[in-house]
Amino acid sequence: MDVQFLTFLIVGGSFALYIGIAIWARAGSTNEFYVAGGGVPPVLNGMATAADWMSAASFISMAGLVSFMGYDGAVYLMGWTGGYVLLALCLAPYLRKFGKFTVPDFIGDRYYSQTARTVAVFCAIFVCFTYVAGQMRGVGVVFSRFLEVDIVAGVIIGMAIVFFYTVLGGMKGITYTQVAQYCVLIFAYLVPVVFISMMVTGHILPQTGFGATLTDGSGMYMLDKLDQLSTELGFHEYTTGSKSTIDVFFITFALMVGTAGLPHVIVRFFTVPKVRDARKSAGWALAFIAILYTTAPSLAAFGRVNMIETINGPDMQGTPYSQAPTWIKNWEQTGLIEFNDKNGDGRMFYAAGSIDDPQSANEMRVDRDIMVMANPEIAELPAWVIALVAAGAVAAALSTSAGLLLVISTSVSHDLLKRNYMPNITDKAELFYARLAAGVAIVIAGYFGINPPGFVAQVVAFAFGLAASSFFPAIIMGIFSTRMNDKGAIAGMVAGIAFTASYIIYFKFINADANTAENWWFGISPEGIGTLGMLVNFVVAFVVFKLTKEAPQEIQELVESIRYPKGAGEASAH
Amino acid sequence: MAFKNDDDKKAYWKENLALLAKLLVVWFVVSFGAGILLVDVLNQIQFFGFKLGFWFAQQGSIYVFVALIFVYMAKMNAMDKKYGVDEE
Repeated sequence: MDVQFLTFLIVGGSFALYIGIAIWARAGSTNEFYVAGGGVPPVLNGMATAADWMSAASFISMAGLVSFMGYDGAVYLMGWTGGYVLLALCLAPYLRKFGKFTVPDFIGDRYYSQTARTVAVFCAIFVCFTYVAGQMRGVGVVFSRFLEVDIVAGVIIGMAIVFFYTVLGGMKGITYTQVAQYCVLIFAYLVPVVFISMMVTGHILPQTGFGATLTDGSGMYMLDKLDQLSTELGFHEYTTGSKSTIDVFFITFALMVGTAGLPHVIVRFFTVPKVRDARKSAGWALAFIAILYTTAPSLAAFGRVNMIETINGPDMQGTPYSQAPTWIKNWEQTGLIEFNDKNGDGRMFYAAGSIDDPQSANEMRVDRDIMVMANPEIAELPAWVIALVAAGAVAAALSTSAGLLLVISTSVSHDLLKRNYMPNITDKAELFYARLAAGVAIVIAGYFGINPPGFVAQVVAFAFGLAASSFFPAIIMGIFSTRMNDKGAIAGMVAGIAFTASYIIYFKFINADANTAENWWFGISPEGIGTLGMLVNFVVAFVVFKLTKEAPQEIQELVESIRYPKGAGEASAH
Repeated sequence: MAFKNDDDKKAYWKENLALLAKLLVVWFVVSFGAGILLVDVLNQIQFFGFKLGFWFAQQGSIYVFVALIFVYMAKMNAMDKKYGVDEE
């Protein structure tokens, strides 16, 4: 059986599974739609959270990033997992006790202000749309490469599937579907890496194979070999970085804090019955996430060694293009690999530098996004493994899209309509609007998936920076200070966002040529500026708070009550 | 009010903050300390096939993160029981 047929079979089978689960777990009330009735067991909720969290970016792009960045790739590994610790320790249990559906709900009630609520709603919607467009794009790429359907058709199929189970099942359907998606994606991620690890080092666990000796008889450590290859070809050493320490520090911090402020992940802690379960579910979620995140750097390193050896040949003289493996030709068709035979010897050669620069020996441009998906082909694994990876990538993209779409629909139907414009709306009507909003959101996201704006990558930095400089400080102060008031929080959020947004917009859009280390403040790149924005938020909030009246007595009592678990009812509307 | 008296309530929150502080110090030391600020020093040390600083940045810190959340969970559950504010 060929790869294409197997891919149809495995991806199609996984779709049938998700739809079956959605029908079984339909939502009947807004409570079930928003938070699955608050009745999901912690381990399953942890699994669903992990799937929600690990997007197409984690599955498809992260290992590729690490593979091309070496040590510097640790900013993503530590940033995205470390943020989870902040979330689990400083936010999740208290927000669960508070017991509302959404982050804007918390901010609006805690700071007794419709303005604060509205600001938070728009931040949440913006962050979610940014993300979801990227997910749809990921679905499109997988379909076009493996099923050889048009990217447009791929996105539409993806939209239809997500629409079906989000609109029908709400949070309840999504949660159980995500459990299945986690299983598919983690299995798909691990299988090829385990194969490769066994081939290259003889270790079953990629986490230990990463630091083991090669089985080629040289007795060399894999990482030493990689360092040696990298320096010979003119790259920096794989295990040391090229970014400045302060930049690595700030980027990692911004990713951590931004992660902790992502609305679609926070809402996950409202779906468990008790505060105790929220703590437990956070632990399981990170454990499930860590399986992928500790495998990714191994995959990155193995993939890089394999790729260099395939292209440059075992003797480092270059492999003749006429004998190039089929994966190179397949990916060339998608434009993600380019070959430019500069010296005209008919052989491919991969080294540092641009393929258009006559000074450099490099003749290949390899897009880092293909590392995970091409890896099984590079290592010459069986066709079913390749098909499995395609199904895993789609599962990762769909699970995250569904979680994000739910936040968008909740923000519209609950935070905007019910809390702002139509306070007397019935449960049934609210559910109808929630479904309508999800439907509209999917269409818009699909449009951006088919016609991606050229600045997707920049916008992602934006989303993290915004979450870091707005939500995170407002929530932290809302929990750990009883007296922080509305004016302080709003001023802080506005100052934090304004500062972060202007820095990013200046370096990414207005004056992109100046985007170099010499021009950055304190050597901090736009990716890391959210950390500074967060500090601005804290300082401004504190100063304004000192100059104005502290929060009223009933709010102070409310804050005290969320600090201990007893009496956390179901998450409820009011 | 679920606590027996106001002193208990203050003590619970104080204990909670102390635990948080300890865990966050560990969180900071393994990631920003070992993985970033001290990475060049630790890279002098060989740990199996890894340089130690590199290992902390790409593997070790993540294992510690998982452990931290489970430690937090166990300690907090014990604390809730001690003060009689658990959800049973």
